[in-house]
Amino acid sequence: MSAVPAPTTTAAPAPAVETPIRRFLRTFAEDRVAVLGFSLFALIVLLAVCAPLITPQNPYDLAKVDLMDSRLPPGERMGDGFTAWLGSDGVGRDLYSGILYGLRISLMVGALSGLIAASIGMSVGLLAAYAGGRVETFIMRIVDLQLSLPAILIALILVAALGKGVDKIIIALVVVQWAYYARTVRASALVERRKEYVEAAQSLGLSTRAIVFRHIMPNCLAPVIVILTVQTAHAISLEATLSFLGVGLPQTEPSLGVLIANGFQYMLSGRYWISFFPGLALLLTIVSINLMGDRIRDVLNPRLEK
Amino acid sequence: MLSFLIRRVGQALLVIVAMVLIVFFGVHVIGDPIWMLISPEMDQQAIAQTAAALGLDKPIQEQFLYFLKGLAVGDLGRSFIHGEPAIQLILSRMPATLELAVVALLMAIVIGLPLGLYAGLNPDSPVSRTIMAGSILGFSLPTFWVGLMLIMFFSVMLGWLPATGRGDPQTVLGFETSLLSLQGWAYIALPALNLALLKISLIIRLARAGTREVILMDYVKFARAKGLSRQRIVQVHVLKNIMIPIVTVLGLEFGSLMAFSVVTETIFSWPGMGKLLLESIQRLDRPVIVAYIMVVVILFVIINLVVDILYSILDPRVRLTEAKA
Repeated sequence: MSAVPAPTTTAAPAPAVETPIRRFLRTFAEDRVAVLGFSLFALIVLLAVCAPLITPQNPYDLAKVDLMDSRLPPGERMGDGFTAWLGSDGVGRDLYSGILYGLRISLMVGALSGLIAASIGMSVGLLAAYAGGRVETFIMRIVDLQLSLPAILIALILVAALGKGVDKIIIALVVVQWAYYARTVRASALVERRKEYVEAAQSLGLSTRAIVFRHIMPNCLAPVIVILTVQTAHAISLEATLSFLGVGLPQTEPSLGVLIANGFQYMLSGRYWISFFPGLALLLTIVSINLMGDRIRDVLNPRLEK
Repeated sequence: MLSFLIRRVGQALLVIVAMVLIVFFGVHVIGDPIWMLISPEMDQQAIAQTAAALGLDKPIQEQFLYFLKGLAVGDLGRSFIHGEPAIQLILSRMPATLELAVVALLMAIVIGLPLGLYAGLNPDSPVSRTIMAGSILGFSLPTFWVGLMLIMFFSVMLGWLPATGRGDPQTVLGFETSLLSLQGWAYIALPALNLALLKISLIIRLARAGTREVILMDYVKFARAKGLSRQRIVQVHVLKNIMIPIVTVLGLEFGSLMAFSVVTETIFSWPGMGKLLLESIQRLDRPVIVAYIMVVVILFVIINLVVDILYSILDPRVRLTEAKA
């Protein structure tokens, strides 16, 4: 576990002290597929962050977009002189540029909603575990109730009531996700609070707040990190789905889902690339996160430790 | 058993009340449905008339009271767009959705179970590794994008199967189905496969994990020592025992299939409840959204209940009163 110091203190001249993070990184890197996933994900994030520097066209700059360039197949030359390696979409935007800008929105929505949901879920889970009694019953009832319904159904109902927009989709995704964190954190906090170090902290006279946030919470982090990776991939996919259905992000904020939706109408006439390439980018993003997540779960699972 | 039932029904009511409140007042905040109904040529008077006819001219609290009054006599209101009673509209679309979900579920079992069983019996063979890699991919693939790719490949490029629509439905024994003709199966093939994909991956994983566990059990060893054929051990002893978790999960997943059919139905223009829900969300057709929530949540409760009861029959060690307090 992350915050428990490794038993290096007993060996007097410890040759090389391995911090928990180092050990985590070393075990993580033992799996080649996971490293591949990580590299792919790092590359995707890098491309998204550097999008304005490495794309030939700003797809939001209407002055740069020419309707004459619309629906060009991959590899054609655009009016501005550069080559559209992935083709262009229905209104003449270079798809490569559009995908990198779209990735920014998709990644931001996924990461932000994941982090907010994790912090809310953790707080609620800790509260449930520590308060006990009616508060706990009440919170866990809501969690169970919510987890018994499919995420996409809740998300659809929420966007029906909230409307379109980045902020609204983030709210919807947070509501969909928080319960997973709350349930997990409560379960591990219940185990942790009976351990001796908590008793020690209590007899030292530390405040409940200090015990919960400084001592118990760090020890509940491992499963949270695992859920965070899986849920971020899930959130990105869910946002893309909602945007594809036309109830997620508006046209002014073209995430990958919006790009794919725009290409849908050209699909039947055989112009596959407008939907295909943004979808491929989405797929690679999700797969890379899932590959990392699989490995992180194995590494952080104490039952599998040698 | 009775207290178990009462608790279940209570939970369902809670969900319905919460969701209906969110939708009722949420849709009101997003926009006035009246703007979706009028045409540009209408003058102020005509607009006011339309609003009055639908009760949209009153304040939202009053509209809600009116809705509650209707609810008391089983009336969920009329669709703003279609003019029909909302509940009737939903129920008329339900057979198509159920048909799609059932075919998808069967597809998931027929494809997923043998693959998972094989992967569990031969965990180290290259074929098994491919199957498992494929199942990870199946989890990662966004459903809607796979749907598009299926259309592109099978409809546009190969021209084998129709991309959108449903075969002509016929009524058999009170059920409406399009599966009596070959044409109906051609229409359902792609959407059902699309919907089944996630569940295929899930069943592969469950079947593999179950098989690896069961194969180590004493009764399998005993059956082997008794000299039973491998085929018989797999078919009788292994299969029966891995079915318990699979049946449970599948039952619960049937609800998620129905929810995910919103996506599939929209892509393949399948005339079911999901497509109707999406159109209603886009056009702020509040009565239909509310009716959909009620129907689906009730359906969910029934499914969960049936699964719980089935589970206790399949596995006598489980007692209903203790499960899921």
